[in-house]
Amino acid sequence: MVVYIARRLVQAVLILLGVSVITFALLYMLPADPVRQIAGRSATAQTVENIRRELGLDQPFLVQYGRYLLGILHGDLGRSYLQRTEVSSLIAARLPASLLLMAGAIVCELILGLTMGLFAALKRGTATDQALMVGSFIGVSAPQFVVGLLLLYLFAVRLGWFPIGGYGTFAHLVLPSITLGILGAGWYSRMMRSSMVDVMRQDFIRTARAKGLARSTILFRHALPNAILPVIAMIGIDIGLFMSGIVVVESVFGWPGIGQLAWQAIQRVDIPIIMGVTLVSACAIVLGNLLADLVSPLIDPRIKLQ
Amino acid sequence: MSEVKDGEPALANGPRASANGQRHGQDPVLVVSGLTVLVRGEDGPRAVVEDLSFSLSRGETLAIAGESGSGKSMTSLAIMGLLPKPGARIGGGSIRLGDRDIAGLSEGRMKAVRGRRIAMIFQEPMTSLNPVLSIGRQLTEAILAHEAIGRSEARRRAIAALRAVRIPDAEGRLKQYPHELSGGMRQRVMIAMAIALKPDVLIADEPTTALDVTVQGEVLELLRDLQRDLGTAVILITHDMGVVAEMADRVVVMKEGRAVETGEVGQLFDAPQADYTRDLLAAVPRIGEGRGRMETRALESRAAPPLVQINDLCVRFPIRSGFLSRVRANVHAVEGVSFEIAAGETLSLVGESGCGKSTTAKALAGLVDYSGDIILEGTNMAGRTSEERKAQRRKVQMIFQDPFASLDPRMTVGDLVAEPMVIHGTARREERWARVAGLFDRVGLSADQMARYPHEFSGGQRQRICIARALALRPRLIIADESVSALDVSVQARVLGLLRELQAEFGIAYLFISHDMAVVENVSDRIAVMYLGQIVEMGTRDQIFGDPQHPYTKRLIAAVPRPDPHARRRAFERAASEIPSPVRMIGDPPNRLELHDLGDGHLVASRA
Repeated sequence: MVVYIARRLVQAVLILLGVSVITFALLYMLPADPVRQIAGRSATAQTVENIRRELGLDQPFLVQYGRYLLGILHGDLGRSYLQRTEVSSLIAARLPASLLLMAGAIVCELILGLTMGLFAALKRGTATDQALMVGSFIGVSAPQFVVGLLLLYLFAVRLGWFPIGGYGTFAHLVLPSITLGILGAGWYSRMMRSSMVDVMRQDFIRTARAKGLARSTILFRHALPNAILPVIAMIGIDIGLFMSGIVVVESVFGWPGIGQLAWQAIQRVDIPIIMGVTLVSACAIVLGNLLADLVSPLIDPRIKLQ
Repeated sequence: MSEVKDGEPALANGPRASANGQRHGQDPVLVVSGLTVLVRGEDGPRAVVEDLSFSLSRGETLAIAGESGSGKSMTSLAIMGLLPKPGARIGGGSIRLGDRDIAGLSEGRMKAVRGRRIAMIFQEPMTSLNPVLSIGRQLTEAILAHEAIGRSEARRRAIAALRAVRIPDAEGRLKQYPHELSGGMRQRVMIAMAIALKPDVLIADEPTTALDVTVQGEVLELLRDLQRDLGTAVILITHDMGVVAEMADRVVVMKEGRAVETGEVGQLFDAPQADYTRDLLAAVPRIGEGRGRMETRALESRAAPPLVQINDLCVRFPIRSGFLSRVRANVHAVEGVSFEIAAGETLSLVGESGCGKSTTAKALAGLVDYSGDIILEGTNMAGRTSEERKAQRRKVQMIFQDPFASLDPRMTVGDLVAEPMVIHGTARREERWARVAGLFDRVGLSADQMARYPHEFSGGQRQRICIARALALRPRLIIADESVSALDVSVQARVLGLLRELQAEFGIAYLFISHDMAVVENVSDRIAVMYLGQIVEMGTRDQIFGDPQHPYTKRLIAAVPRPDPHARRRAFERAASEIPSPVRMIGDPPNRLELHDLGDGHLVASRA
């Protein structure tokens, strides 16, 4: 177990290294010039050159990347070009809000997705099944900003049940969580449905019925733990989907998380922040997957971590 | 009527004999009359069981025998109220358990009957237990579902049930999960679960079909002992007439949903009334009966170089663990196997699951990495370029066990048979089609079926297609890996006949892999018995079956149920332990067995 986690963490470092190289290279090749953004339109060529030299952006790619990497190894993610603050403290200030939003979204995904999938599987071939699957299809395909705006209009503007935006109370959390979670809920319900349909056909379910067990026991004790396994693996991957989702959702709801930070940074070509947010997201994805892999053997005794 | 058991002392079989005596007593436990099961089809409901009637008394074993599609499993599911929904339903008739008709019972009422009054064990022990729940949990929940007792009492009963099915260390097993047990152990757990509540009726649907033959013997004996002790009435559903002869008091023979014959087991085997029963019994392969048996060919060509020579073949699968995934242990699947196959000869590899017989075949076909020498017509496959190996391998073709899974469902059967010729570039297009047509004709299919898809054919026809595909490259050796095991006996007999004809016609050699000793006895020239990756005995068919020397060979032969109710075995010799694991740590290789020649090429491993 310890060996397994250690090996996965070593892999994680390699993955992060790869992510940093690729992101850094992409940002380097970007046609937009960050120095122009910092200096403003009216700056002289001399000022621009000075800033460029000051930030080390006149150096060749490998030198730039080497410096950045050295910084990371010392726990230094650099400073924002525009705000002149430490990227690490910027991210640290906004990370809790994003994590809260993600947690809310996961809860919403699981509750919505699993129940929808379960019901659809049990009512397979009926109108209920069809309706649920059409619903999940809409969930999967609707753009998040549309869903967000619709929810805002309906529940915040028209009905006034929830605040229009912002951060602070539980009521603030509800609409953004649903918006972010609805995509995953769509996927999960489809997965859960097919997984459940498959499990219900298994021989051991027939055995359970032959034992004279109650239907609820068969469903929740025999079928569900088997059906949920592929979904758990999916949650790990999902955290990656969230990262793109929160950029949109946080902007729509004015949620002060790293998604908004990233959005602003992208607009202003603030490279250190973009790099920082990317690395933090990569970390989250890697850890999410690790966590999913650690949970699976608790449910399925056949899975051994090696 | 008790002639059934002549040859067995009446005393030893006391309780059972008396149960048989009251067979037609006043109160049968289960009476099925006029049962009809309908399945929704494309053009309306179709009867898969039609007007079936039988009764079952306490302590009696009734076998329902038949080939696939005979409706025997549907009958058992109908009794349990477990017919697949939607689609199948009881269309008529009654199933009386005691004085209650359970045919139309609601799911809620049926729940109390299942497990408590009628229990069932299934064919597939590997998939019939829930993989994520412990054995203890699955056992106790079955007990708790029907009895108002506490957890500790249920646990005590679960342990008692496991002891009753002779599982060693019953208490320790409760914590284990199904994947930690062998197939035979899992089937015992299933039986323990079924008998824990002492049901009136136990339905065993092909309970030993998926098990190795020695394990089958033990499980059958266990069922018989339990029935004697508990007085349970058993419905045994099986396709295996050997098992019927071994176990049943009475037999219902089913065909296409109807009972074609019902009778005492002795009468049925001695003087079958229906034509179908006669055909069925005739198709059953028997050891040593000479029916359908080939003459062992004198291997006059011994002097000539063998077609295939295998020397010291080893196949190992590494097991990696630790931080750097170093190889810590090896699965020694095949360990130092040597044999030869002469042109036109049939060599059978027999042994139980995990003994390495299929891996040996895969090595020969070039499907796994190996060490040692495989010499095909004088060419050692080791040290050749892949092009040369490919050219050589054309001479070796395989036919697999599952004719449903080994044909690509998206290709026409004509394309499937032509494919080897395309891969090896051995024939031009026009020539190819002519050859495929010829092959179809040769294996007993018509050439105008070439444009159809695999799902339009029956199991036996598909196996013929697989044979045609194997023949397409005019091979010198065909490896038949359990190629007839999935087929019904009547179909099996015809496919074996075809293989024989092809051998006579083209002089093909077969490496025949099977767990079925009766089939092996009927087709082989020579036999090699494998155990734990090594050959323990090898010789001609007559040497192995007439004069088996190694204890394992003797066990294998003794374990085969004989399709003769007058020759029931009294008790089957139980294995001292399960077959040990072939997994060995690095630096701890298994003992190599040495084979000694007893004369005339009869090789036997000396006892270690």
